[in-house]
Amino acid sequence: MTPESLDDLYRDQVILDHCRHPRNSGSVDLPDFSCSAVNPFCGDEVHFQLKVGNNARISEVGFKGEGCAINQASGSLLSEAIHGLTVSEALELSCDFSLMMEKKTCIDLGGGGRNIAEMGELAALYRVREFPIRVKCALLAWTALDNGIKDYLNNR
Amino acid sequence: MSQASASTASPPSFDAGRVRQDFPILDREVRGRRLAYLDNAATTQKPRVVLDVLTRYYTEHNANIHRGVHYLSEAATQAHEAARLTAQQFLNARQTREMIFTRNATEGINLVAQSFGRRHIGKGDEVVITGMEHHSNIVPWQLLCEQTGAVLRVVPIADDGELIWEEFERLVGSRTKLVAAVHLSNSLGTVNPVSRIVELAHQHGAAVLIDGAQAAYHFPVDVQALDCDFYVATGHKLYGPTGIGLLYGKAAHLEEMPPYQGGGDMISSVTFEKTTYNEIPYKFEAGTPHIAGAIGLGAAIKYLTGLGFDQVALHERELLAYATDALQQIPGLKLIGTAAEKASILSFAMEGIHPHDIGTILDRMGIAVRTGHHCAMPLVRSLGVAATVRASFYVYNTESEVDRLIEGTVEAIRYFRNDP
Repeated sequence: MTPESLDDLYRDQVILDHCRHPRNSGSVDLPDFSCSAVNPFCGDEVHFQLKVGNNARISEVGFKGEGCAINQASGSLLSEAIHGLTVSEALELSCDFSLMMEKKTCIDLGGGGRNIAEMGELAALYRVREFPIRVKCALLAWTALDNGIKDYLNNR
Repeated sequence: MSQASASTASPPSFDAGRVRQDFPILDREVRGRRLAYLDNAATTQKPRVVLDVLTRYYTEHNANIHRGVHYLSEAATQAHEAARLTAQQFLNARQTREMIFTRNATEGINLVAQSFGRRHIGKGDEVVITGMEHHSNIVPWQLLCEQTGAVLRVVPIADDGELIWEEFERLVGSRTKLVAAVHLSNSLGTVNPVSRIVELAHQHGAAVLIDGAQAAYHFPVDVQALDCDFYVATGHKLYGPTGIGLLYGKAAHLEEMPPYQGGGDMISSVTFEKTTYNEIPYKFEAGTPHIAGAIGLGAAIKYLTGLGFDQVALHERELLAYATDALQQIPGLKLIGTAAEKASILSFAMEGIHPHDIGTILDRMGIAVRTGHHCAMPLVRSLGVAATVRASFYVYNTESEVDRLIEGTVEAIRYFRNDP
């Protein structure tokens, strides 16, 4: 690993921008469901509140988190990426993201089959794969989302 | 690339550069740079004498112990028990039978919680711990309290990372059956007044367990002088192998305590109707033990004591002072844990930059530090930060490595502060 790839990761404008200025930061009035995830090994946390509109699409997302640049950027990017999707579409996107980060277990769930070019700004996190120990930082937000949506669907 | 050299402030009799030569791993490169290993509070590196003793054991003496009539078994048994003697002398226990080999400090604490705890601690009784405990000295007591209906009390700590003694005095009382406290905090470096803790607990008739996982390699421990009832330590932080730890217990306690695990070695006779347990310490060592680990730990302790604790302590104090000064020069950097009595563990947080990001940048420069909450989540949270960067120095670290830590931290700040 050369120092340049570190530059690539930490100088990536998308990651830096999202970590410095997280989107959809804060809470949502009367959310339809909330979800959180904590990494007990490092103490990172993410919390989401979601509102699902009458057209069954995610209409509002509130994101709060505490953690490293990658974790924060991932949470912020997620909050933008799922906006306007149905919860099932959000699950598919989550699966595609996990596959992109080489979390193979997701295959069983079935994703939307996006390739990297179709991942939009989320592709900025692709290079985190070069830092295997940090992949979990990028995935924490998506783990929270997966569990939250599954609980939401089960309780409906 | 700076060459390893002795701290210039060290007395001429101590040479960190020479000590480094005993540790083969310190020669290796990581990410194209000479390794700067500053994660000693997580585990220490191993000197060649320990590696050699492990190889020799497996190539020349390997056999099961306490059961064979053949030559190798006898030799292995003798080496294993010689290591117990070394450990006894190291902690100054009265007798070898007071030294139990465990997997690690965690297992020692669980053993005391489940064996001593379940016999002596019941509904409404109280267990007192401190706010700076490692998870390993929190969770076993929580489990015990769930099982027995006892209550866990936590002594709060002040912002500088010291125990609030008045609170300790207030929390220990007639209901207290056991006090469990860390000797040296792995997150903050705070050295606790363990003699006073033992005295206070004993005044109220409570037993005391001291978690010495971090302490035993920084300064000599004398369990008789401390008068603690139990003391735990771990081999891998003492230059020894992983998977081997020490539990000291006063013989009077160990004798009346029920076994922790059942199996071979811990019995003297077995019928399907009744089993008679072996004498201590074997009663607590069910199954084939980590024989090589115990022998390796014995060699590690001899190496450590051979360096001279005074020399080690002086060198570490100087590194701590040097690093503390240098880190404090960095604007926006906050040292976490500034107790008066402190060992060479430095935790810090940086406004606006998460410790993981600093850790990754340091790693790319060949510098190993720990980042996170260091298995002391309640403590780190109580200090108002989510996580810290922890650099922990040991006998083989040098000022030039501290310089690299400072350089790397400044570099990390540059990454995140330079708004594009």
